[in-house]
Amino acid sequence: MTDIAITINGTAWEGTVEPRLSLADLIRGELTLTGTHLGCEHGVCGACNVEVDGVPMRSCLMPAAAADGCAITTIEGQYGEMAERLRAAFTTHHALQCGFCTSGMMATALDILRRGLGRDEATIRRELAGNICRCTGYQGIVAAILHVAQETTP
Amino acid sequence: MKFPAFDYARPAGLDAALDLLAGEAAVLSGGQSLSPMMGFRVARPEKLVDISRLSALRGAALEPDGTLVIGAAVTHAMIEDGALPGPLGGFLARVAGGIAYRAIRNRGTIGGSLCQADPAADWPCVMSLLDAVLVLRRAGGERQVPVRAFLLGHLMTAIEPGELLTVIRIPPQPGARFGMAKSTRKLGEFAEGIAAACLTPGAARVTLGALEVPPATLAVDPALVTGPQPARLTSSPLYAAVDAALKAADATDPAGYRHHLAVLTGCRALIEAAQP
Ligand SMILES: Cc1cc2nc3c(=O)[nH]c(=O)nc-3n(C[C@H](O)[C@H](O)[C@H](O)COP(=O)(O)OP(=O)(O)OC[C@H]3O[C@@H](n4cnc5c(N)ncnc54)[C@H](O)[C@@H]3O)c2cc1C
Ligand code: FES
Ligand code: FES
Repeated sequence: MTDIAITINGTAWEGTVEPRLSLADLIRGELTLTGTHLGCEHGVCGACNVEVDGVPMRSCLMPAAAADGCAITTIEGQYGEMAERLRAAFTTHHALQCGFCTSGMMATALDILRRGLGRDEATIRRELAGNICRCTGYQGIVAAILHVAQETTP
Repeated sequence: MKFPAFDYARPAGLDAALDLLAGEAAVLSGGQSLSPMMGFRVARPEKLVDISRLSALRGAALEPDGTLVIGAAVTHAMIEDGALPGPLGGFLARVAGGIAYRAIRNRGTIGGSLCQADPAADWPCVMSLLDAVLVLRRAGGERQVPVRAFLLGHLMTAIEPGELLTVIRIPPQPGARFGMAKSTRKLGEFAEGIAAACLTPGAARVTLGALEVPPATLAVDPALVTGPQPARLTSSPLYAAVDAALKAADATDPAGYRHHLAVLTGCRALIEAAQP
């Protein structure tokens, strides 16, 4: 067992975890933040993406013990202006149907916007390649990111 | 897939890590290859030593003679974002940006990729092209191994139990221009064909990966690379030359699709290196 201390959506959390527990299972099980989803559990689908110290990572590939000392933000903690704009744009552009991919998509989309890569469609599609959506055909997701990028950059 | 049980340690310094590795323990770097392998039960380490935060392995520097030194735990994303100084930085940033997806690049490391030794991976191919030298440390010792002697085959390296890859050393490449080409079914997936090329005033060479053997580096007549190319690359003298060189290297089934793909990506990488 390993003692860890993390910040989850701005709140400090301390506990003891088995090393084999993934960050995803800590988030979903122990912390009951079930907005983070598990699709493939081997790094290919992106459903489990969360922010670790401000950048997206695969929570299924990371032992919770390795996140000791880190600040984690899940979909439940995504507020702030950019996230709010993105939520609204996801609604406007029908960027989700079943919602399974959405929390991971939001984590990636926010990162795309923060890195200033949301201004052209080809770049957005390239950067989204690590997030699989089985419903929307991606069109609405790309449109939502493009929309927020145009809204927020002069 | 859930991980099998293991013990976890994250030592604060390099020496402590080497001491732990001297006992029966495996290295955990970014975990972007090891975690899936543990999930699939292909790897079942009893104890993992997490080296991903060791500051001694997270830097990069240019030595006075132009040698580029990269810490093993530098992530693909750090390289993509320009962490490598010197003339190679731009090319290596492009290579890094083409690996997997950003969420994976944020954790996956250059050292982990080399030690994983997936024949289709980007760093084994590019580091072979650049004649990189790997510094392997163990408690109380160190040795330097050229990457081409380090990579032994599919997921096989010359690393020994207790050893840690600490640093990658790339010799200066004066006047060189570089190119890279990949063929993937889906963007960000491991390549089916991968090649990196280097063009200097008197010479051209190309390294082909995604073979059943370690990346193969072939010399090509530079005159074939710089001239105009026909619309159908497969009917070019360049294609014929790379094809012949790969056949001579005896690394593929010459009648197979993979052979064709290797030659084709090799040509594309060489042509890109020749672009002004
Ligand atoms: C969906 C997906 C797509 C991917 N696509 C690509 C791709 O297109 N191209 C590509 O190149 N890679 C790709 N990868 C792999 C990725 O680049 C990994 O980051 C990399 O292969 C391993 O680096 P790591 O730091 O995560 O190593 P880990 O997974 O932590 O370790 C890998 C192996 O190396 C050993 N090891 C690690 N560091 C050291 C060290 N310093 N000394 C000694 N041993 C060490 C470990 O014990 C383990 O055996 C992909 C991965 C995923 C999950
Ligand atoms: S569940 Fe983590 S990438 Fe699919
Ligand atoms: S909305 Fe259903 S998978 Fe994307």
